[in-house]
Amino acid sequence: MRKWKKIASAALAAMVFASVMAGCGGKKEEAKSDTVKIGASFELTGNVANYGKAILSGAKMAFDEANAKGGVLGKKIVVVESDNKSEPSESGNSITKLVTQDKVVAIVGPATSGCVAAGAPITEANKIPHIAPSATAPGITVDNNGKVRPFMFRACFIDPFQGQVMATFASNSLKVKNVAILLDSSSDYSKGLAQVFQETLEKAGGNIVVKEAFLSKDLDFKASLTKIKATNPEAVYVPGYYEEVSKIIKQAREIGLDVPMLGCDGWESPKLAEIAGKDALKNCYYVSAFSAQDTDPSVQAFIKAYKEKYQKEPDIFAMQGYNGGLVVIDAIKRAGSTDGTAIAKAMAETKDLPVASGKLTYDANHNPIMSALIISLDGGVPSLKEKISL
Amino acid sequence: MNRVRKFDLSVLAASIAIFAALQGMIFTGIIGPFWELNIILICINIILAVSLNLINGYTGQFSIGHAGFMAVGAYTSAVITVKLGLPYELGLVVATISAGFLGFLIGLPTLRLNGDYLAIATLGLGEIIRICILNIDYVGGASGLMGIPRLTTFAYVFWIMIGVIFFIKNFKNSAPGRCCLAIRENEIAADTMGINTTKYKVLAFTLGASFAGTAGALFSHYFFLAHPASFTFMRSFDILTMVVLGGLGSMTGSITGAILLTFISAFLSDFPEWRMIIYSVTMIILMLYRPQGLFGNKELSLKMFGLGGKGNG
Repeated sequence: MRKWKKIASAALAAMVFASVMAGCGGKKEEAKSDTVKIGASFELTGNVANYGKAILSGAKMAFDEANAKGGVLGKKIVVVESDNKSEPSESGNSITKLVTQDKVVAIVGPATSGCVAAGAPITEANKIPHIAPSATAPGITVDNNGKVRPFMFRACFIDPFQGQVMATFASNSLKVKNVAILLDSSSDYSKGLAQVFQETLEKAGGNIVVKEAFLSKDLDFKASLTKIKATNPEAVYVPGYYEEVSKIIKQAREIGLDVPMLGCDGWESPKLAEIAGKDALKNCYYVSAFSAQDTDPSVQAFIKAYKEKYQKEPDIFAMQGYNGGLVVIDAIKRAGSTDGTAIAKAMAETKDLPVASGKLTYDANHNPIMSALIISLDGGVPSLKEKISL
Repeated sequence: MNRVRKFDLSVLAASIAIFAALQGMIFTGIIGPFWELNIILICINIILAVSLNLINGYTGQFSIGHAGFMAVGAYTSAVITVKLGLPYELGLVVATISAGFLGFLIGLPTLRLNGDYLAIATLGLGEIIRICILNIDYVGGASGLMGIPRLTTFAYVFWIMIGVIFFIKNFKNSAPGRCCLAIRENEIAADTMGINTTKYKVLAFTLGASFAGTAGALFSHYFFLAHPASFTFMRSFDILTMVVLGGLGSMTGSITGAILLTFISAFLSDFPEWRMIIYSVTMIILMLYRPQGLFGNKELSLKMFGLGGKGNG
């Protein structure tokens, strides 16, 4: 027993020592001159691994396609993957590794805003362009003082943009003037959307007739809906999540409020039709970034290519990953070098870049301006109603 | 007595040497930012592991809510530096005190429970702390508290770690520490001997919680943000794994466990699909062949290698 213990502890000590030594050595590995390394730090294990994996699959597809066409700057793109376990400090760890050990020229990922926020200071300090395909928190691309982070970008539209899109749809396509708002006062997401919607609609000559509020997890909305009905609105804007929205739509139809109901991407769920019922969903529209029915050739080409590569339907995350990959490739090409500062500068100047969902241009805060889709829920089945570009 | 002091001094001298060597390598760039990050993470994990060992190993109370106390430390220190603009040192002190105070408040009622019941209560407690933070808009709610400056340096982490290790080592050898050991061995016997068991259990719990708070403060000021997703029960389990792997009741075991698991995790980050498998297989093999952990409740010492004489702190 004594001897066993001795051997075990000696082996352990050796292991620790060896790992320390291994850690110190082998770090100065120069990037080979015939490849361009791009880091992909994603949630590959843990809570939100399904988002991370979908985005990574899309991004990898973009890089593979570029390689098939000869790569960028005459070099092949190599994707270096790294897992962050869906945890912010691990994300800092993984991005530090990609930037300082693997010497990548750009970072794509992670999926969630928290993990992105943990990595952003690291890419900024090392002057490495960093694109977060699906992080929607406003604080990602601008710092606490409202100054834009020069190396931080995203590939999805942010919440206020959706409000603008829906207001534009209401006034231009539905041609409604008097709209009621029913918002979730316990959610910043809902309040923010309602505010932007109101501003945009009023600018377009519309009018908010009444503003009612509910709390998430509420079950009965009839009091608010009756009040709304009394003001005779031409449409009702309900920025919220499908759980409450489905009940709101159902109860609105029950009390005879048959005007169009307008919403946001929080509506996106099969549960909505399940709870509200098919018939109630007539004249219901929401904003989304992706629809498989989009007849745009770029979207159809993306869906076809994705199905061929992975044998499954792409979702919105795969598309955002793909778009993120395209933005990086385009920026490297236009920068003409793999220098981080040059790439970030080119990325900020991205204009009308053809991506899977249409065209992408960055605004001053590094948020993409791109076309959004209005999805109609007639008959309980989401179908593309209209594509709106602001 | 003199022998102990001599031993402590030699360990301190060794720590200074290790610190100088590591700091020198960081300074000259031999250790790059990635390994610097992981060394700092190791030090933070060591603080967490030895403080949990104080509760679980020395006092024999099975607590798995350590991430909750870490979260309290992380957020209070961040509020002090970011929201109030006060110095980081104050943040560290307040984080330690507030986590300890919370540990005291919670320890009083829950430490009347034993074994599984205490484990469940502390697990729930960790989650309650996290959910509360999740719903406080002042600290960023679900999106976390962003924009924390990186004020934690290697020197801070290393010396706080050494301080914590010495504190807990000396605590173990003090009269209250011996009372805690007695409670671990047999609570009824300890009670019969006139030891106020509740008092010492709460004392150990409070101390453990406050060091977890310190670790949380160091953690949030190194990783730029405090986010609820960092303090889930998975973090508590990670810390517990380090303690159990090294051997419950062995401080050197906790230290080795923290070093080993942090390194394994860093090495396997290139193989995300294998990481969890290798990690779990390691655990299963260890538990099959060495259920008491690497060192049991013994301390690692040079005697183990047949060299005799001095030990390794």
